[in-house]
Amino acid sequence: MTSIIKQHLLSTLEKGFRLDGRKTDEYRTVTVEYGISSKSAEGSAKATIGNTQVIAGVKMEVGKPYSDKPNEGTIMVNAELLPLSNPDFESGPPGIESIELSRVIDRAIREGHAIDFKKLCIKEGEQMWTVIIDIYPINDDGNLFDAGALAAMAAIKDAKFPKVEADKVVYGELTNKKLPVEALPMSCTLIKIGNHIIVDPTIDEWNSSDARLTMGILEDGTLCSLQKGGDMPLTIEEVDEMVSIATKKTKELRKVLK
Amino acid sequence: MAYTKRVDGRKIDEMRPMEAKVGVVDRATGSAMFKIGKTIAVAAVYGPRDLYPAHLQNPSRGVLRCNYNMMAFSGSGDRVRPGPSRRSKEISLVTEKALLPSLDLSAYPGGVIDVYVELIQTDAGTRCAGITAAAMALADAGIPMKELVSAVAVGRVGGTIVLDLNKEEEDYEGHATDIATAFTTRSGQVTLLQMDGPVTKEELKKALELAREGCQKIKELQVKAIKEKYGTKNGGEE
Repeated sequence: MTSIIKQHLLSTLEKGFRLDGRKTDEYRTVTVEYGISSKSAEGSAKATIGNTQVIAGVKMEVGKPYSDKPNEGTIMVNAELLPLSNPDFESGPPGIESIELSRVIDRAIREGHAIDFKKLCIKEGEQMWTVIIDIYPINDDGNLFDAGALAAMAAIKDAKFPKVEADKVVYGELTNKKLPVEALPMSCTLIKIGNHIIVDPTIDEWNSSDARLTMGILEDGTLCSLQKGGDMPLTIEEVDEMVSIATKKTKELRKVLK
Repeated sequence: MAYTKRVDGRKIDEMRPMEAKVGVVDRATGSAMFKIGKTIAVAAVYGPRDLYPAHLQNPSRGVLRCNYNMMAFSGSGDRVRPGPSRRSKEISLVTEKALLPSLDLSAYPGGVIDVYVELIQTDAGTRCAGITAAAMALADAGIPMKELVSAVAVGRVGGTIVLDLNKEEEDYEGHATDIATAFTTRSGQVTLLQMDGPVTKEELKKALELAREGCQKIKELQVKAIKEKYGTKNGGEE
């Protein structure tokens, strides 16, 4: 099945366009909606890229700092590939796909220094905030990496610290204090099908991909994370080309969060 | 201040001392050890053998299955909790993807090639050492290969792009950029690329070129180790 779709994709790419009429470096329509679970979560958002919808929520817990970083808080990123969102996903413990997805998004947020961990420390060596970001696809029409990262960033931006009374978190009552968001790393994923490099793949393109590169990029164009995927190799020149396209694209994506 | 003097006195494009040996696990179909600095990886290949449960089989070619594991005592700090972690599962996945382009598994439909990578001692660069060892083990096992795969880390330490970071450099001033890479040895293509930390587009290109040169040296050592086991008359790869 897939190979028939792939042949079809390749023959249209040969003619210079994609099945949905987009150019190779064109994103689908990207939107972000804040506060989709504002009663329960400390921060939440939904990101939509074409038909792909992903929601992310932030919960915050008070914990003990790690012994090697007594004056820092931390983040946790978790993604679950819901069977609701894609007929190929199955219930059960997290598989390698969801582990990779959450770790790649974690890396962009952490290495892009999106949150100042030092400002998550409550009392040195004793108490810190853990920011837990849970990501769920609602409809998977490809490119969960970018949609997930965008939803996660938006949820962080949306989040406020909950109230604390007598060392206990009072959930449901938020303070006016926002999370210390210092940077907005943006994720951009490109795939290679045959000799064609395309941005923001749909599910058919995603399933036909030979190689994939996901990049985390900061506002000044600095790269903060990379992850190659797929069964085929890339040349150094192809990596360089992908970086150039992604740098341009994340500039556009960033506007959605502003 | 720019990072010009490396913590262990190496040149910017100099790798740590390396050792490679093929045929270290007698029971395995193929095996190898690769040591780079204080990082020691052992890889063993079992198979091709039947793959069960059968729904995992691929009717058109053999399946490559890699497992990366750090021994409990091998970390640089606390004891590593035994068993698979999210980190080790992700590394197992990227190891598979790094090796796959070099293999021709069309002769083994319905079968599996299992690659087990164990880290005995670690000082950064563990996934790369594991991939380098695994490539030799696959060659030793006689699995058809188009070329070898060699892997090395590059990164930015204190503003300088350096080859083969050790743990101290990875932790330099709390934030060095670590880029794990693997290259096919003949066509020189990227099969592993992971990074955390900041780098510019130009620095990335420079780092990848530096890594590819490093991998050429690793390849020479891999070929030498394979020839040491099988003799030089008919050679191994190349």
